[in-house]
Amino acid sequence: MKKIAIALGCLGGALPGAVIADTPELTVYTYDSFVSDWGPGPKIEAAFEESCGCDLNLVGIEDGAALLARVRLEGAHSEADVVLGIDTNLMAAAAETGLFAPHEVSAEYDLPIAWEDASFLPYDWGYFAFVHNEGFAAPGDFRALAESDTKIVIQDPRSSTPGLGLLYWVKSAYGDEAPAIWQGLSDNIVTVTKGWSEAYGLFLEGEADMVLSYTTSPAYHLIAEEDASKAAALFDEGHYMQVEVAGMLKGSDQPDLARQFLAFMVSDAAQSILPTTNWMYPAVTPEAGLPKGFETLTQPEKALFYTADEAEALRKPALDEWLTALSR
Amino acid sequence: MADRAQPVSGTPGLVAAFGVAAVILGTLLTVALRAEGGAGLFGPADWSALRFTLLQASLSALLSVGLAVPVARALARRRFRGRAALIGLMGAPFILPVIVGVLGLVTVFGRGGWISQILGQFGLPPLSIYGLHGVVLAHVFFNLPLATRLILQGWQEVPGERFRLAAQLGIEGWSMWRLIELPMLMRVVPGALAVVFALCLTSFAVALTLGGGPRATTIELAIYQAFTFDFDLGRAALLSLVQLVLTGVTAWVALRLGSGEGFGAGLDRAIRRWDGQGALRRGLDAGWIGLAALFLLLPLSAVVLAGLAGMIGLPGQVWRSAAISLAVAGASTVLVLIVALPMAIAAARGGRGRGGILARMVELSGLLGLAASPLVIGTGLFILMRPLTDPIAMALPVTALVNALMALPFALRILGPRARDVLAGEGRLGLSLGLTGGRFVRLVLWPRMRPQIGFAAGLTAALSMGDLGVIALFADPDTATLPLQIYRLMGAYRMESAAGAALLLLLLSLALFYIIDRGGRYHAEA
Repeated sequence: MKKIAIALGCLGGALPGAVIADTPELTVYTYDSFVSDWGPGPKIEAAFEESCGCDLNLVGIEDGAALLARVRLEGAHSEADVVLGIDTNLMAAAAETGLFAPHEVSAEYDLPIAWEDASFLPYDWGYFAFVHNEGFAAPGDFRALAESDTKIVIQDPRSSTPGLGLLYWVKSAYGDEAPAIWQGLSDNIVTVTKGWSEAYGLFLEGEADMVLSYTTSPAYHLIAEEDASKAAALFDEGHYMQVEVAGMLKGSDQPDLARQFLAFMVSDAAQSILPTTNWMYPAVTPEAGLPKGFETLTQPEKALFYTADEAEALRKPALDEWLTALSR
Repeated sequence: MADRAQPVSGTPGLVAAFGVAAVILGTLLTVALRAEGGAGLFGPADWSALRFTLLQASLSALLSVGLAVPVARALARRRFRGRAALIGLMGAPFILPVIVGVLGLVTVFGRGGWISQILGQFGLPPLSIYGLHGVVLAHVFFNLPLATRLILQGWQEVPGERFRLAAQLGIEGWSMWRLIELPMLMRVVPGALAVVFALCLTSFAVALTLGGGPRATTIELAIYQAFTFDFDLGRAALLSLVQLVLTGVTAWVALRLGSGEGFGAGLDRAIRRWDGQGALRRGLDAGWIGLAALFLLLPLSAVVLAGLAGMIGLPGQVWRSAAISLAVAGASTVLVLIVALPMAIAAARGGRGRGGILARMVELSGLLGLAASPLVIGTGLFILMRPLTDPIAMALPVTALVNALMALPFALRILGPRARDVLAGEGRLGLSLGLTGGRFVRLVLWPRMRPQIGFAAGLTAALSMGDLGVIALFADPDTATLPLQIYRLMGAYRMESAAGAALLLLLLSLALFYIIDRGGRYHAEA
């Protein structure tokens, strides 16, 4: 058994990315889709390593929630220098760990909201939206959706960050009326999935008219597949925002390099990579502007948003409301 | 009463069983000890999750095994061209990654699926697959093949001489059922029920996706939530313990029920059947085989059709992941055989009193792998390994180990009954000839158990290929297994490539299973 372990360890070690001695190493924990060959990871790594004289070690851990859990598990002795990929809905829990250090990086953000946070740096963002096929007469708000016989697939807020985002979307738009909205939606919901991929897959299989995703989702189909058949429904209440942030850990043995990486993440080089790899809006619009195709995307008139502390305080009550309304 | 002397020792098996139990319970304890603050209470939401979990797992187990009996009976009685290939293909759902299988099912049974489209032609409303019935349907799809194989194996382990004698005595139909088939089923069915039940108990993505909403919440989902969003390790450990206890109790009962006497030794002759020749019986058997094949193969063909386009021009990373997955599958298979064979022998030595309890403990520790939450094992191993080494560098060995733990219960179910028969039939002769220890294993056990060893090894390899396991907890960009790569492709909107990679996975798993299983039974009846 030990021999197998060693043999497999060698196999892992023999693959590209072996560390060269003396080069400082920066370890960044992020979610899995960031590091995948189709995500921003490889390009970000190449661009940063060009200038830093270091080895950037990206580690992918499932999704934002699992990522934060890993950081909490490792505590003060984490291998990570930087954590990238927590969203504002989990930021308060992250801050509460006391593991994050002030980053001292500033940038001219192009976010629909003002950003002031000493520990967390936003690198991209998006609006949640229901994506449908072009030509489908999508309802214009949640009430119209509840009254229609439109079928939707959503993600579970207990296992998925977009699912949690939808919870905040309804809550921020309707406040105390949120439970009634959920009850109205219950016959529109075909099913609730563990994560985004399952839901989007079901939608593409034709199981529902709309799926909870982002206003930027149609951009993927348009730009990468030259397929203009997907659109995002514009809701009159406004759209809830997801802001993805990065932060450096107090326990990092490479604080300067970590800061350099955070500054790089909001620089033009990184920001111009993100839109067509992570399919989100960049936090700072690159000098060359947004990629062609982004101008066709649905533009919400109102951005809905809870600060990290508001979101943390609302999570449990909103979740209970959701469970009660949909478990009937 | 003293236990009977046996030609092989049970000690290595006991050690292996202890090792397995230590990993499963040790990781649970590690997680519990790492918890900050008290364990969260078992609230009303947890009780309803528990009720739903038990309900869907019981229904799934009863239906999977209940349907598997007539299908296996038909397959055991009939010989036809392509039978071996059909049995192999029908096993495929079991080794599919969950998300791929679910999408295949939805293509056939979903609101926009094939059947709904046909119904639509006649002005009928679409099928609804979402709800308890959908969860059970999916679990039967995933587990009917396994149950069928386990029960079919029971039929094949009845010595050929018994059927020969039955034919000479004119025993057919009801008498055949009462004298041979029912006693055999009494031994095999409880174990099969326990395995499927335990497997469905830890279901999470299937139950949620096809369950249609939060009503379909299982304990495993609560464990996931406790781990990630709430980071309440005490609660995660508590819920995981509930799962282990449920499986433990069920398995204990099943193993007690299923411990009847075997049929004694035969001459290892190929089995030939003379019964069941009437037109009605042939028709019924053909019906069962046809229905099962249709139910299992339709969603599989949906997976194949969806994947064909994406197979062309699969990204290079997918091929590298396939190679990594093959290595992981190989390591898991070797691990399982090293552990399962001694455990099967230790369990087979059986006996009464203390020996019997020890034997059941061995089987039980093997079954625990099914009920253990991979999340708990992965996290526990992570905590344990951190002071010693970089856990991320150990991602592949840990994945191979966890995949082996998950496959072990199946290997034990396959090896156990046969080991018991061989020991019961040949043990005394071996002892009187002084044929003990390694020589007994090599000369008596090995040749008689080759088909079972091949089947167990093939199944483990295929399962390990398709299992996401714990790699998502540990992976770095360069060491993705094929199932993880499929999830990554889907996460990057590349559904067509993901479907292509899923087809590649299906083909590789089936080939691996076919080659290894075949290697074990090269001389056996087709």
